[in-house]
Amino acid sequence: MRDAFVEALTELTAEDPSVVLVTGDLGFGVLTDYAARFPDNFVNAGVAEQNMTALACGMALEGARAYTYSIANFPTLRCLEQLRNDVCYHGATVTVVAVGGGFSYGQLGMSHFATEDLAIMRAIPGMTVVAPSDPWMAYELARQLYRTGGPAYVRLDKGKAGLPAGPVELGKVRTVREGEDGVIFATGGILAEALAAADLLADQGISVAVVDVHTLKPFDESGVRRAAKGRPIVVTLEEHNIAGGLGSAVAEALLEGGAAPRKFRRIGLADCFPEVVGDQDYLRKAHQLDRNAVVAAFREEFAFQ
Amino acid sequence: MATALLQQDDSLALALRLRRHVVRMCKLGGSSHVGSCLSIADIVAVLYGEVLRLDPLRPDWTARDRFILSKGHAGACIYAALAERGFFPVSELADHYRNGSKFSGHVSSKGVAGVEFSTGSLGHGLGVGAGMALQLRRLGGGQRTFVLMSDGECDEGSVWEAALFAAHRRLGRLCAIIDFNKLQSLAPVADTLALEPLGAKWRAFGWRVVRIDGHDHAALRSALATPSAADDRPLCVIADTVKGKGVSFMENQVLWHYRVPAGEEFAAAMRELGADA
Repeated sequence: MRDAFVEALTELTAEDPSVVLVTGDLGFGVLTDYAARFPDNFVNAGVAEQNMTALACGMALEGARAYTYSIANFPTLRCLEQLRNDVCYHGATVTVVAVGGGFSYGQLGMSHFATEDLAIMRAIPGMTVVAPSDPWMAYELARQLYRTGGPAYVRLDKGKAGLPAGPVELGKVRTVREGEDGVIFATGGILAEALAAADLLADQGISVAVVDVHTLKPFDESGVRRAAKGRPIVVTLEEHNIAGGLGSAVAEALLEGGAAPRKFRRIGLADCFPEVVGDQDYLRKAHQLDRNAVVAAFREEFAFQ
Repeated sequence: MATALLQQDDSLALALRLRRHVVRMCKLGGSSHVGSCLSIADIVAVLYGEVLRLDPLRPDWTARDRFILSKGHAGACIYAALAERGFFPVSELADHYRNGSKFSGHVSSKGVAGVEFSTGSLGHGLGVGAGMALQLRRLGGGQRTFVLMSDGECDEGSVWEAALFAAHRRLGRLCAIIDFNKLQSLAPVADTLALEPLGAKWRAFGWRVVRIDGHDHAALRSALATPSAADDRPLCVIADTVKGKGVSFMENQVLWHYRVPAGEEFAAAMRELGADA
């Protein structure tokens, strides 16, 4: 996903010299070719995320299309006020690229788990928030965000859904599987677990739709309501804390739209900090964010109907 | 008339008018930070009166010099300078702090012609200024970028992140000005987090450092003059100032960081500034 995004960024820089990439001293091997090819467009701010973000903002206000690049929480939480006061208040065209959404860096420990980013980025006025589910989508959304301009946050996962490339539109949910008994909304690479859960449920005679919510903001409220309509069980799945992320956004859209489902269940990290490490799959299982958790949620809700 | 340009004006006279404006604005709005505004009045008068390349008729003129007030709490002084330079009528200054006003206590660019950047949280301006200076250099422009900071602001780590970067990238068109009035919010700087030797710190970070009396207009003029092209280090002007300068009972008093000039105090302040209350 990361490489696909950098590929898009490389093409955009070749097309438009106003594109600049400001990294917080990360991207070894990933940004090396970019830095060699575009020395004037590449800025290493050092291990200084507040300044990385402020620099990108200053450059953007002078006409650059700026991208900041770092991993996990460093380009978001470490410099949150620079994003809020400098970038978003001034509407600067700065795209924040975070490599390592959720448990992508599962062995590195909680400092490197991006599990509150979506909620916090979503809460800043003017910020577009995107979490692609596949590399091809990261590429495509990079190009669409470039055309849109303004402040944006892109969360790139190590995991991926593995779906073939298809049409995707910034700000519009994408139904990737049809079903009548319920619907699973998922965001980011964990969409793979939602699809696997739908397969398992189909084996048990439960037919569920799967919807990819790759854009958390602006939130496609009407698209979410349409996808939930007539489906009695709605489940959300995110590799993110339960507070304020996808599940919250879906709940807000459904309740305010008068489209409350009969049963609603959010699956996410249970408002805790993981204290053990492991790979992304291991941590999903350990925190009940995997396919089995989704299946269990459906079976419980289905039994109550 | 507010729209008169100041080329022929005397920066000392402008500084006096700025002091009257800020005392009146703080009184009318019931607002604080009057001491911080008085502290920078001479720096701002020399900048807006003589140094900055600006065009009030074209606030977004590409060739303008960039100025960021990073110590946003002294915004009243910048609004006053912009009004004096004709960016908007002086009469609008009375809106400062009012309900529905665009003239916020901390300087905001939203709807206010001539304000380059909104600040209020300390430690943001220098990094943004460095980004502006870097991009302006990429585009081949000769504009200068000025960032006016407070001494207490130098407690913020982000200031030093930006200081490292600007020197590393040899941003010779970037100028940081530190309003070194030696008083911060609760107590003297020396009793809070000692900054001295301040010049040596900036020099060690790779900056060219000039230390001057921040109320001496000739010294300010000379320190802020266009730097030689041969020296591509960023410039740090450390301006030794007096908080509350110009109103005797406000000078060097922590109290006047927050106190609102009202009643007899307001009248006395205006008398000292040679104006009617």
